[in-house]
Amino acid sequence: MLEQLTDWLVFSVMGLDAELVFTGALHFFIYETIKIGFLLLLVTHLMGAINLYFPIEKVRKLISSGKLRGFEYPAASIFGAITPFCSCSSIPLFIGFLQGGIPIGVTFAFLITSPLVNEVALALFLAAFGLKVTLIYAASGIVLGTVLGWILGRFDLRKHLEPWVRDLAKNKAAAQQLPTSSLQSRLRQVSHDAMGIVKTIAPYVLAGIAIGAAIHGYVPTGYFEAYMGEDAGIWSVPLSVLVAVPMYANASAVIPIMQALVAKGIPLGTAIAFMMAVVGLSLPEALMLRKVMNLKLLSAYFGLVAGSIVLLGYLFNSIF
Amino acid sequence: MNIKILGPGCSNCRVLFRNTQEAVKSLNITAEVEKIEDYAQMMSYGILGTPALVIDEVLVSSGRVNSVTEISELLQAKA
Repeated sequence: MLEQLTDWLVFSVMGLDAELVFTGALHFFIYETIKIGFLLLLVTHLMGAINLYFPIEKVRKLISSGKLRGFEYPAASIFGAITPFCSCSSIPLFIGFLQGGIPIGVTFAFLITSPLVNEVALALFLAAFGLKVTLIYAASGIVLGTVLGWILGRFDLRKHLEPWVRDLAKNKAAAQQLPTSSLQSRLRQVSHDAMGIVKTIAPYVLAGIAIGAAIHGYVPTGYFEAYMGEDAGIWSVPLSVLVAVPMYANASAVIPIMQALVAKGIPLGTAIAFMMAVVGLSLPEALMLRKVMNLKLLSAYFGLVAGSIVLLGYLFNSIF
Repeated sequence: MNIKILGPGCSNCRVLFRNTQEAVKSLNITAEVEKIEDYAQMMSYGILGTPALVIDEVLVSSGRVNSVTEISELLQAKA
C-alpha cells in the first residue's frame, strides 16, 4: 500500500519521469521516510509502555534480591535491552547498581546490552532489514551482554574502579519513593517521551535516508561485490568495527545508509557488525565510564565487546 | 522553594533545566533552581538515571526529561 502511495505521489502528483535516476532516489527517500517514521513512532511507544512495568528501580531490586538464582546475567542483559539508554545515565546506573549489591559483572551485562538493543536501533533495523534480521540482532545483543558480563564477572574488578566509586559503593542504596501518578498521565508521559526521542533523532535519520537514497539511485547494483569478494570479508569485518567505534550521534543515520549499501553488495554480516559497533560502543560512553573505572578495565570491556562483534560479523556472513 | 536538577551537564539535563525554569516562571512562584553536577551529591538521592528532578530535597523524577506541564503539576502538588 505504501508502495502505491509513493508511486502516486512521485509519478502522478509530481509528474516525474520514472526513467530518471533522480526519480528513483526520490521515490526511495519518500518511501523510506514514511516507513521509518511509522516504525519509529510504533517502537518508541511500545518500548515506553513496556518500561512502565519495568522501571529501573524495580529491575535493580529484582536483580539484587537473590530470587533469580544464577539467572542474574541473562536477566540483567534482557532488562538492559528493555531500558532506554542514555550515555549520561551510565555513571549513576553503574554506582546505583553497586550500591544495591549487584556484582560488577552483572552490571556489565546490563551496560553492554543497554545501548546495543534500544528502541531506535530496533525500529530502524525493522525498517531496513525486516523482522527476522531484527530478532537475530536483538538476540545476539542479549547473548553478547550475558556472556561478556559473565566473563568479566570471573575477575576481581573492584580494584579497577576509581577510589571515589569504591567509596560511594559502600553506601547502601538510598530508598527511592517516586510519587505515583495515574495510569492515564503515565501513558501521556510515555507518548511525550517517545515523541521527544523521534524529534531528537529525526534530522539524523533524514540525513541517513537522503544518503541512502543517493546510494540507491546512483551506485550501480553489485558495485561493492566487485571490490569485496569472498576474501575481502575477512578484513572488512574488523575494519568496519574499528571505523564504527568513534561514530556516535550518527547511529540513527547509519542504519538507513547501511540498508542501501547492503542492497549494493556489502555483506549483511559485515553491515550488522558495523552497526553493532556504532550503536554499542561509543566514545562519549567511554569517556563517561573512564570516570568510574581505570583504563585497564575500560579497555578490557571495549576490547571484549569489539572482538565479539567481529566474531558475530563472521558468523552472520557465513549464515546469510 | 528549592529545586535541583541532577545531571552531568548533558543535553537532556539542559533541557530539563530550561523546562523547570519555564514552569517556575509560568506559575509565578519564587524558587531557587540549581544544577547539581557532582556525582556523590547526585547519588545521595538514590537515582539510577539522569537527569533527575528534586523539589525541596525530595526526588520526584529520574531518568526522564519532564515537560513544562508535568513540572508545573509537580510544583503545584508541593506548594
